[in-house]
Order: sequence, then C-alpha cells, then structure tokens
Amino acid sequence: MHAREYQILREAVSEATHACIHEAEVCLPPDVKAAIDAAYESESDPVARGELANIRANIREAERLDIPLCQDTGIAVIYLTVPHSCPLHERDLIDAVYDGVRRATHSVPLRPNAVEPVLRQNSGDNTGVGIPPIHISEGPDLTVTALPKGAGSENVSRIGMLLPSQSGEIPAFIVETVLMAGGRPCPPVVVGVGIGGTFDLAASLAKEALLLPIDTMDEYEREILNAINSLGIGPMGLGGSTTALAVKVKKAHCHTASLPVAVNIQCWACRRATRKVSV
Amino acid sequence: MKIRTPLGDEILTLRAGDSVLLSGTIYTARDEAHLKMMKDGIPFDPEGAVIYHCGPVIQENRIVAAGPTTSARMNRLTVFLIDAGIRCLIGKGGMGKEVSDSLRGRAVYLAFTGGCAALAASHMKLTGVFYPELGMAEAIWVIEVTDLPLVVGIDADGGDLFSRVDAEARRRYLAWKQGVEV
Repeated sequence: MHAREYQILREAVSEATHACIHEAEVCLPPDVKAAIDAAYESESDPVARGELANIRANIREAERLDIPLCQDTGIAVIYLTVPHSCPLHERDLIDAVYDGVRRATHSVPLRPNAVEPVLRQNSGDNTGVGIPPIHISEGPDLTVTALPKGAGSENVSRIGMLLPSQSGEIPAFIVETVLMAGGRPCPPVVVGVGIGGTFDLAASLAKEALLLPIDTMDEYEREILNAINSLGIGPMGLGGSTTALAVKVKKAHCHTASLPVAVNIQCWACRRATRKVSV
Repeated sequence: MKIRTPLGDEILTLRAGDSVLLSGTIYTARDEAHLKMMKDGIPFDPEGAVIYHCGPVIQENRIVAAGPTTSARMNRLTVFLIDAGIRCLIGKGGMGKEVSDSLRGRAVYLAFTGGCAALAASHMKLTGVFYPELGMAEAIWVIEVTDLPLVVGIDADGGDLFSRVDAEARRRYLAWKQGVEV
C-alpha cells in the first residue's frame, strides 16, 4: 500500500472515531430509547412517570439541537475490530483514535474530563496516559465503537472475588450493588455483569456487556432484573418500579479456585455508536 | 404547582413528592462557590433566592448543557445559606440530615432529573455571572428559568422522599434475599 493510501486510511479511522463519539453523545441507540419509552408506559408512580417524561423530553431536545444528552460527556471507551487484511500498524491505529477523540472534544463539544489521577491536572482534550481505553479484537470488518462512560454510574460499580461455592449468590451480589448505589448513578440503569475470567477480565466483560442490545435478555438476566426492580428505588432514587432497564451478562471460564463477578453500572444514557471503515 | 422567585411562605405547604414548575432567577453553585460564599459573603440578595447545584457548559454566553450535579457533596456547606434566607435548593440525589433539619419551616430541596442537561438548557436563559475566576463549572451563573419541571425531594416539614425510598428498598432487599436463600 502506498504511503498516501495509508494516510487516507489512518485519517478515516480518526474521522470514524470522531463521528461515532458525536453520534453516541447526542443520540441514544433505538433499543435504549424503546426501553425508556416502555418504562414510561408501564410506570404507575406519578413521580417516576414525571422523571421518565423529563428523560424522554431531554432525548428529543438533544437530538433536535445536536447537543450532548448530559453535561458529563464521559470518558470515551473505544472498541476496534480489525480484519487480518488491515494494513494499519497497531501504533497508527491507536494514534488515529487519539486524534479522533481530540477532534470530538473540540467539535461536539465534550467536557474535558481526563485528569492525572493523583495531581488532578486536566489534560484538556480527553486523552492522557491510557485514556481513551482502546480494546482491539479481530473481526471481518474494520469498525470503531465508542462507549462514552460517565462517572456517576462508573463510581458505584463493583467487583467481588466470590468463593467458588458462592455461585448461587451471584444474583444477590448484583442486586446489592444496585441497592447500595441507590439514586446516585441516575437510574433507570443498565447493569453490565462479567462473571468468571480473572480479576481484570471480569471487569472488561462487564463493560463489554453494556455494548449488547438490551431488547433481549435470557431467563437468568430477567430474574435479576425483576429482583432489582422489586426494590422500588425508581428513576433518580425517587421511587417507582423502574430502577433498571436491563441486565446483561457476559461469562468467561475462570480458575477452579476463584469466582470473579464484576458489576458495571450504566446510567439511563446508555450511549454507544459504531462506524465501519472500508479497508 | 407553579412557583416564582423570590420565594416566600408558599413553599412551606409543598410536600415531598409534589411536582413543581419553577420560574424566575436561580444561581448555580458547586463546591468552590460555596466555599467562597462562606468566606466572602453571598454576592446576591439571598432573601427568597434559589441555589442550583450545577456546573453548566457555557458557549459564547449561551447555556449549552446544564443538568444537576450530586447535591450531597454540598452537605457540609449549605446550612449558612438557609440561615441567610435561601428558600430553595435544586440538585440531584438528595441531601443529608444536617441539611434537611435546617430546611424545617424555612426552605425546600427540589430534585431535577439527573442527566437531563439538554432539557434544562431549553428552559434557561443566561443573565449574569459571579466569581467567573472560578472557571466554567464552579462559577455562580445567574440564570432566568421558565417552568423548570421539578419534584419536591425534601420538604419544609421534614419529609424526605430519598430516605423514605432508600429505607423501603433496604427492607425489600432483605426480604427478597431471605426468600431466595430459603
């Protein structure tokens, strides 16, 4: 591949990163909007209905005015799928994503949220050491997915290294996490769960679970969702039967002596978008 | 119920869970502005005034996004405002007992839906600023609001919707867990 074509492809990855962050910040995916609409229809508590009505009006306003849904525009977690045929070197792919995040920060605009962890100095452009997190896997197409993650819900997420004998207690660990979070993560939430793997893999699986469509759930996920919604925490912790919109679980094999369970909480603004880049 | 600033005794009849549409002037304030007001005094007339826990996104003198921030961070920084005549706090997530006690017979806490930054901005017009040196998120922005849709979270009679819901959720969780384990 010629140097010029190589540069064009690198630029296309930057632009795809910019575009999917922009889309995610302004417009929720159809399955999330449908879940919020369904919650509004089924809620009987007047306070909860009012909160969901505000959320629906907010979704309409953000789309109409092309502005971010929430002032916490988050940290952009990026997922890349890369085909075997892609000529871009990994270093160039990563640099291209960084450029796309900087571009989105300026153009959407995004709030600069990335700070050095101890000194708390803000980088000003939503990039820094290890930020944005970029997860690369092989796939048939070159795609960029952005999951802008806000802090309010990230801060109440939890990981437990359960005993192998406690597999029956996994649902209680998940429900208890939502109980402890109360109204702080801006419910109704989406609950991403990683079961198994290692300490770090469980957390990655929990976040990846937030990329799954929420219009389908298996029986295990649905039972946990019902238990969460029976608590009555409701939208914003003001009461009601909609505390969570969905529970999504991803699993991996784990060591015979351990049982990691990670719960990644996502606020109602379950923002995600994907762009394909032609190679 | 519709209310308009400056607020008076009409807010004393509000009860936790009531819906309210607020119009008039509100002042944004987060951690830094509270600390500065404690030290230097309140830069506006606090009688009947409204404080909004919010760090907005402002672009060219226009409010782009202005959702509420977590009020509990201001728990230890709030009572002096109520003592000075502030009648209403707006934020998300509720506040501690120290604050709800100080509201008794004097003021209310209203909840605005978390994350609804675009909706908030559509009800607002920027009219001024105090402490701009604190930066965009921490300055006190003076905002004119029209029919901002809010819910009474803590009323002036000690009613606290957040702690009521939280206590009930804890009770239901224990009952569910017992049922699962039996």
